[in-house]
Amino acid sequence: MFAAAALALLATLALTLLRAARGPSVFDRLLATNTVGTCAVLLLAVIGFLTGRPEFLDLALVYGLLNVIGTVAVLKFFRQGALGDPGNGNGNGAAR
Amino acid sequence: METLIVNVLLTLMMLAVVVLARTRNLFAVIVLSGLYSFLMATAMVALDAVDVAMTEAAVGAGISTVLLLGALHLCRSEEAKPAHKPWLPLAVTASAGLLLVYGTWDLPAFSDPEAPIHKHVAPRYLADGPRETGVPNVVTAVLASYRGFDTLGETTVVFTAGAGIIALLRRRRRTTADKEAP
Repeated sequence: MFAAAALALLATLALTLLRAARGPSVFDRLLATNTVGTCAVLLLAVIGFLTGRPEFLDLALVYGLLNVIGTVAVLKFFRQGALGDPGNGNGNGAAR
Repeated sequence: METLIVNVLLTLMMLAVVVLARTRNLFAVIVLSGLYSFLMATAMVALDAVDVAMTEAAVGAGISTVLLLGALHLCRSEEAKPAHKPWLPLAVTASAGLLLVYGTWDLPAFSDPEAPIHKHVAPRYLADGPRETGVPNVVTAVLASYRGFDTLGETTVVFTAGAGIIALLRRRRRTTADKEAP
């Protein structure tokens, strides 16, 4: 059962990597990376139960939080063109 | 099953590296390197190196994505065409990789308890660690007491790297004196 889930997750990872490689727009790649993070969380849980030691589920929580941080950083960069600006309000955009 | 998972993950990482090397858009490169880090961290978990996996996920996918985006703001978003043909560096890298693969042939099997590294100083740390250092946790005793200077050096390196990155990425705030000067 867990082995089938792990195989399905690996297939999903391969397809997601294909989208990240082919992806015409940057947003395809961003979404692919986000999906890889989600797959990593799921694969972590599945590996834990596959080996009979689900003690490392806490690590999956850390991965989930990191995924959010990365995506928020990328989107903020796109919105404002920089990170850590003093915030003077003129969004000058990243598409330079 | 675990071997299969690790092998598939390593193959995907190899493909990701090839895509990374061929991509010219630096923003896509940053996003793809975050993807690579997540694959790497999952492979580390499958190999039972949970602490290394956590570091890889936090540093590779978390902090370095943010830092590289901050650096991208300061430079152009397309990688320039290289001026030289890549054949000589490629040959050097490939031969170094072949040497490393040749070196792995003599390694003991994965998680072999009879490997020499587990026979050298580890038994003494386990037997005498609590008495010699007074620290109940063996990992903490090794890191903070037996390899104390090593850990101090690592901390210094990390601090220097952080200070350098802050100095590079800090933007000068325009003060009134700057506006009046020109």
